[in-house]
Amino acid sequence: MVMASQSISGKGEDNADHCYRCMGTLTILRAATTEREIAAMADGMTIDLSGVERMDTVGAWLIYRAQRDRGAIVTGESEKIRGLLAQVADADRPVRVVPHKRGGVLGGVEELGGWAAEFGQTFRGLLGFFGATLIGFYNVAKRPRRFRLNAVVQRFDVVGVRALGIIGLMTFLIGIVIGQQGAVQLEQFGAEVYTINLIGRISVRELATLMTAIMVAGRSGSAFAAQIGTMKLTEEVDAMRTIGVSPIEALVLPRMLSAIIMMPLLAFFAMMMSMLGGGVFCWLYLGIPPLSFIQTIREVVPMTDLWVGLIKAPIFGFIIALSGCFQGMMVKSDAEEVGQRTTAAVVQSIFMVIVLDAVFAVFFSSIGWA
Amino acid sequence: MSTNPILADEKEAVIKIRGLDNRFGEQVIHQDLDLDVRRGEILGVVGGSGTGKSVLMRSIIGLQTPSEGQIDVLGENMIGREEDEAKNIRRRWGILFQNGALFSTLTVAENVEVPLREYFHFSQTLMDEIASYKIAMSGLPADAGPKFPAELSGGMIKRAGLARALALDPELLFLDEPTAGLDPISAQNFDELILSLRGKLDLTVFLITHDLDTLYAICDRVAVLADQKVVAVGTIDQLLALDHPWIQEYFNGPRGRAAAKA
Repeated sequence: MVMASQSISGKGEDNADHCYRCMGTLTILRAATTEREIAAMADGMTIDLSGVERMDTVGAWLIYRAQRDRGAIVTGESEKIRGLLAQVADADRPVRVVPHKRGGVLGGVEELGGWAAEFGQTFRGLLGFFGATLIGFYNVAKRPRRFRLNAVVQRFDVVGVRALGIIGLMTFLIGIVIGQQGAVQLEQFGAEVYTINLIGRISVRELATLMTAIMVAGRSGSAFAAQIGTMKLTEEVDAMRTIGVSPIEALVLPRMLSAIIMMPLLAFFAMMMSMLGGGVFCWLYLGIPPLSFIQTIREVVPMTDLWVGLIKAPIFGFIIALSGCFQGMMVKSDAEEVGQRTTAAVVQSIFMVIVLDAVFAVFFSSIGWA
Repeated sequence: MSTNPILADEKEAVIKIRGLDNRFGEQVIHQDLDLDVRRGEILGVVGGSGTGKSVLMRSIIGLQTPSEGQIDVLGENMIGREEDEAKNIRRRWGILFQNGALFSTLTVAENVEVPLREYFHFSQTLMDEIASYKIAMSGLPADAGPKFPAELSGGMIKRAGLARALALDPELLFLDEPTAGLDPISAQNFDELILSLRGKLDLTVFLITHDLDTLYAICDRVAVLADQKVVAVGTIDQLLALDHPWIQEYFNGPRGRAAAKA
């Protein structure tokens, strides 16, 4: 029984004598069809290759596989095709595509153990990195000539000055939101004038610093991790070490210093912008003129609120830079890891900033700076 | 050498380049460059650093749009082509980049399967088998398939890159410094591999190299890039007969002579 016309498909099968005749080209283009046709044949078929004009390794593989698994007998092959068949036969190895993974309960336990070990290593690495950074600060303090002023000033620009626009806009809008939400609630018992207290105290004491830290973590913490991580991949960090330049001094300290110094400045700017937003809202919506807004702010926001906001800022900056630089330094293998480490740096630093912020809130109220 | 040393017979040219100009701002890389690659040959491309060997390859494979000129690959004009049309050509060539350019998030075997997946709908078993024998053919050990590129040495990355370049059994193979960074034994194996594949698969190979041993061992013809163009194409013997200072220095330097003896 002839199943496929030779003239159309270039191949013919004849089940009567278990003969599979290939015609024309037997290449990757026809591989799917050929595979199906061979699968439909009975074991021990004869494969006649006398009509094949062109064959590639995929075609040869299919024929070889039929020989190996199905006991097919190959006839009529040319010298060249015999060479191809021998070549693919020579390259026949056990198929392994993805790394072996243990399944089931044992696999779960193994994975859990892997995570725990990795967490421990990361924590130890972070402590070590923290120590190395302190030693770096100490070394630079001892020999101020090694201080890289240019690098630090350049970081000031990147971390601080260029963040002014986005942080200003963001906190301005947040000031408006606080004012609007406060006014809606306080209006209910005719106390909308207290909106000013709300705007002033919450901006200065909490939100400006917190929002600035989140923005700096997203803008600069991620950049630190990605920059240093990429430099690790291209072996720039190794090159530095071999030349005798300490990567901690050259890469980490400038970033850390810039984050520590820029954070309070940005936070102060954010406080002002937030109160400006709130003030504009009060003026337009509640009819409180700017001058009396400023007067009231001076009366209701105690100086300690400003200190609370500003003391936190450099510590947040330190955490963001530490996390970003540490994650960057941890990069070892490939581009994918740079992405993962960058994400980890941002998530970690924002998480730690918020945890610390809560600790600070309790601390400051217990020392009486309520 | 024939009357026209650079241009081949029109019909047998797999790659045909005419009047190619490449400029980056003020910097002129190629000016009025002509080159033909004949079907079934291994063409070595040599030239000093910065003569635009890689730029030439990138222009041919469409990664770099030339400032001017015409490039035909496998009979199709490559300049200003729609992405869909170009796909038919892309299926018929394989490219080994200088640093392997393996996808770092995939294992070696998965890397080889990427082109297969893109162009064909094979069963997973068949794809795994194809990847497996291609990896073996490229001279990698059996346990290399499930490894990630970051776990491989430089030489193994080259071989894995070659396995991926060969995934679709291409007619045309571009190799950018395939033996650079390999130890001499691996480099020789690599040369032999290319030769044997060429014999069995009717491959045409465009080979950028600095390796004089490779040039002597496997190249049918060598094209010399200098002065922003291809100054000469021919067998090494033909090139040696030319009176070009760079060619003389290249092949008659101590390394060139050592390679010639081998």
